[in-house]
Formats: sequence, C-alpha cells, structure tokens
Amino acid sequence: MVEKRLKTSTKVWLTIIFIIFMGFLLWIADRTFDDYKLRVLRLIAIYGIMAVSLNLINGITGVFSLGHAGFILIGAYTASLLTLTPEQKAMSFLFGIQPWIEKLHTDFFTATIAGGAMAAFFAFLIGWPVLKLYGDYLAIASLGFAEVVRIWANNAMTITNGPLGLKAIPEYSNTWWVYGWLLFTVAFISSLVYSSYGRALKAIREDEIAARAMGINVFKHQLLAFVVGAFFAGVSGSLYAHWLTTIDPRLTTMGPMLTFYILIMIVLGGLGSITGSLIGAAIFAILFEWLRNLEQPFTFFGIHVPGIPGMRILVVSVIFILVMIFWQRGIMGREELTWENLYRWFSKLKREGEKS
Amino acid sequence: MTEVARKPQEEVKTSEEFLLKLDHVTMQFGGLIAVNDFDNGVKKYELLGLIGPNGAGKTTVFNVVTGIYYPTKGRVIFDGIDITPLKPHQITHLGIARTFQNIKLFYDLTVLDNVLVAQHHELSNPDADRILKKHGKPPKNTKKFWFWRAVSKLGYIKKEKEMVERAKELIERVGLSHVMYEKASALPYGEQRKLEIARALATKPKLLLLDEPAAGMNPKESEDLMEFIKRLKNEFKVTIFLIEHDMKVVMGICERIIVMDYGKIIAEGTPEEIQSNPRVIEAYLGKEWKNV
Repeated sequence: MVEKRLKTSTKVWLTIIFIIFMGFLLWIADRTFDDYKLRVLRLIAIYGIMAVSLNLINGITGVFSLGHAGFILIGAYTASLLTLTPEQKAMSFLFGIQPWIEKLHTDFFTATIAGGAMAAFFAFLIGWPVLKLYGDYLAIASLGFAEVVRIWANNAMTITNGPLGLKAIPEYSNTWWVYGWLLFTVAFISSLVYSSYGRALKAIREDEIAARAMGINVFKHQLLAFVVGAFFAGVSGSLYAHWLTTIDPRLTTMGPMLTFYILIMIVLGGLGSITGSLIGAAIFAILFEWLRNLEQPFTFFGIHVPGIPGMRILVVSVIFILVMIFWQRGIMGREELTWENLYRWFSKLKREGEKS
Repeated sequence: MTEVARKPQEEVKTSEEFLLKLDHVTMQFGGLIAVNDFDNGVKKYELLGLIGPNGAGKTTVFNVVTGIYYPTKGRVIFDGIDITPLKPHQITHLGIARTFQNIKLFYDLTVLDNVLVAQHHELSNPDADRILKKHGKPPKNTKKFWFWRAVSKLGYIKKEKEMVERAKELIERVGLSHVMYEKASALPYGEQRKLEIARALATKPKLLLLDEPAAGMNPKESEDLMEFIKRLKNEFKVTIFLIEHDMKVVMGICERIIVMDYGKIIAEGTPEEIQSNPRVIEAYLGKEWKNV
C-alpha cells in the first residue's frame, strides 16, 4: 500500500462507472459476437473465478494447494445433479441412480450455491489433516485429495454415472451469470484481502512463526482461506459444468490437468495479485483457443505443417517455461491494478512528459 | 516446531511480585537439558536482562514463555494465568509480545501493514478471550463475526480507521514515519529492528520480550537502541525482558540481570553485582588455573 492520493468516494465512483461500462461492453458483445466467440468470452469469466479463488489459497495465504480441480469437480457434479430433471437423470443413468438424488431438482442459482457449499464443506473436512502439513507435503496431499475425488466419481456409478459422465446438462451459463459470479467473486475476495483478515493471511505467507508470535491463529486463518477458495472453486465448477454441458471424471476435464491450467494462469498473472489472476485467466483462455489453429494443418512461411493433435499444450508449456525463466513474478507480480496505482503511473508519465 | 499435547488449564495463585513467573521450568530435548530448573521471573515494570554464553539456553527460555515449546517440567505463570498449556497466539493475546534473534518481519508488506497485522489478534482470537474471561479479566474484543464484517464492510470501516490511526501513531512514536509506506525489506538493519519492536508493541503487550535487540549493530547504533528501549519502557508502560550479548547494552539499561550457563541460573542481581561475581567471570572467561 502506498500513501493514498485519491479519495475513497472517488474510487468507489470510478469502480461503479467501470462496472457499468464493462457491463455495457458485455451487452454489446452478447449481441454481436458469434457463438464460438461468446463461449470463449464466458470461459474467460469461469477461468477467472477459478484463478482468483486458487490465488487466495496459493498466492495470498501461501498454502501451496493443488487440490483445486477436486473442489471444482465436487461443485460441478453437485450443481449438475441438481439442475438435471428427474427424467433426464433416469434416462442417462444406465446402471440405476440413488432415488434421493433422482428426485432432487432446483434452479440454477440454488444449484450453484449448493455446489459451492458442498466444495467448501469438503475443504473444511480435508483442511484439518492437510493444513497440518506444509510446503511440498501439503501440495502432494491436496493433489492426492483431488485424485481421490476424481477416482471416486469414476466409480460411484449410482451417484455420478461413473465414466459415462453427465450429459445434456442445460446450458445455463450465459454471459450474465458467469460475469455476475465473477464480479461477486472478485468483490468478495478483494474485500477479504484488503481487510485485517487479508493482512493476516499475507503475514502467514511471509513468515508463519512471526505471524503466530503476533497473535494470529495460523491454522484457523489458513483453513478460512482454504474454505473460501474452495467455495468459489465449487461455484466455478457449477458454471463450468453448465458451460460444457457434458462432464465426466477424465484426467483432462476435471483432473489434475485443470489444476495445472489454473496454476499456469495465476503464476502467469502474478502469484498474490487478484487483477493479475484475471489477466492470466484471460490470456490463457484466449491463447489456448487461438492455438487450436496449430492443431489444424497450416502453412508457415511456405512450409506446410500437418495438424498435430495436442500441439497447443506443448506450445503453452514452452511459453510458460519462458515466462518462468525471464519473468519470474508474472505479469503483475504482487501489485494490483488499482485506481491508486493507475493514478500514480499517469502522474509519473505526466511529470516525465513535462520534464522533456 | 513440535506440537505437544496441551494439559488442561488450572487455577493458580502467583505472588504479587511477579508479572511473569517461571516456576521450576525444565526444558529437555532428548538428552540435552537446554533449561534446567529455571525458577525466577520478571517483576512488574522491570527491565530485566538475561545473559549468558552461547548455548546457555536463553532463547529457549523465551520459546517456553511464548508457547513455542512446552516445558518438560514446571509451569509458566503470567499475570495470574497459567500460560504453560496455551498456544503462541493465545499467549500474545494475553499480553506477551516478542522479537526474534534473527529479525522476522513480513518483508513483502509495508511498514504500516506490518504494524497493522499485529493488531489483528484483537478481532480474531475468541479462544484467548475466553481464557481472559475465565480469569475475570476484560476480553479484548466484545463483538463477533469480524470475518463477515470485514468482507461486507458493515460495521468494519470504523474499526479499520481506528486500527490505521493507532498504527500510524505508534510508527510516529518509534520514529519510522518517514518510511511508513516502504516495504519492510527496503529498510536498513537498524530500522528493521525498530520496526520489529514497534510491531511487538502494537499487540498492546504488558510484557515485551526482546531477543538480542542489539545483535549485529555497531556501537553507535546500539547506543541509540539503548536510549530507545529505555524510552519505550516509560512511554508505553511495559515490562521488558531482554536477552543480550552486548555487555555494554545490558549493563547500561537493565535494572536486574540473570546469568545463565549450561541451562542453569548461575547468578542474579544488579549490574554491579553481576560484574564482580566470580562465577559469571568464570562462565565468560573460563576458570583460573590455580596450580601454575
């Protein structure tokens, strides 16, 4: 934090105007974009929620968790099972379904909340043993948790339909839902981070022993961040499921791969920066879609290249490694893109302009 | 750090004399007895020094007091409360703050945020407040649901303002206001020490434990520090218990000194008494060889 130069009321107004402006842009995009571009636009928001929530756990609190895909999967399944109608469920579950699950049916909003709550509940349960560990051990344990959830989903035929997955999930995740949730996520998490609790979380990241000596209940605060992060992971899972419309417990959709994608986003954007996570998510979503071109046959400087499936993952990995070598703290580092910082940069530019 | 099973608390009576009393405390690590039957304490508003050669067990005493270690034998009584089974964050909440031998700041946070972090325990330690209530002392926080207040900002903005004001005032009083918005890692060594002490003071302690505050300082800096510590005691009305290697610092400011060697207390008294104590000289300089 640097000395304040803008009034709080100015910042609040700027934020409101910014949100309205973005809403207007989204409205135009929603009207004019074709179906494919709209899906990418929505994916950016979903990835944004995933990245911001993982950033709270990994970047702000310094708990290196790799279990995010597990929470996303829990949220996705919980919400999808709630929005699918009993008839649809009866049709797609070839090996029978638990009767109480079949009967459950709610609207999309309640289902999303339930997905988040379920993920948060699981985070609370596994947080007790997992957060007793730290560093690499914690990473392995949380990764293990995500795998356990995935393999459970692969085998619990009567609850999750096993490897067949859930199909024909209604495509409820329209632009307004996903961006509404993104707004709520960012508001909630940045409000948390820029309060006394957020400072305590950052203190734990910086030095656990000193934090303890300053009267911070380290375990309680880590658990808090873990549960809040998992809630929003669950929410993003629900949105993701209603965006994909088909979910199954494969490695690539909701397995460790997804965790690593989110990790790439937050490291690219800057661990510990909320706006950085959003930028990372947007870059990743767009880049990953744009690189699909590599998988089709194309001509590069007169050389004909045949399409290689999986090529984009290779290219993303190379880009990621290069970022890690030359730009270790990511795009934003731990800085935030706030009105305060923008104001400072502009006044600096202005001063330099006047000098020359 | 090992978490040892914590015993339930019991009611204790301390003599009026001591603010902090170590009651026959022994700390054993396997075969090594780091602290052996330490039976002494810190009197209210005292400036007590703890000295001794390297490895005498001084820092271990601090770690036992702040709850990082659970003593093998004995009890620690602070302000009439048995704090032996309590956890570090609870002990801080009750009023013991410490600094570290090798500075432990939150380096990526600003000076202001470092001090603000130290006030957070007032919002978030209901477990420690229950202990205070049980002993008939006023709790430090009476409101609940601070997490939801902090997130929704309802009934929180005023508190935040209060906290920032208090932190700024404290930073000014210790003379760091010129670096208020700098990151802690950007501060020179002497100012980092000062910040660490300011951060400890922000927890509103009754007892301040300073672990080698003058370590790594040149004579000029340690002289400034002596003045600073003396000033703190009177300005903030805290009791200070410090470990120090620099004899000049210890003799210059401490009212009473305890000397440890090999885990045991070998001498206790005023600076003058300590300087002429043959056992202390022996511990520091070695035994005189009489049969030359």
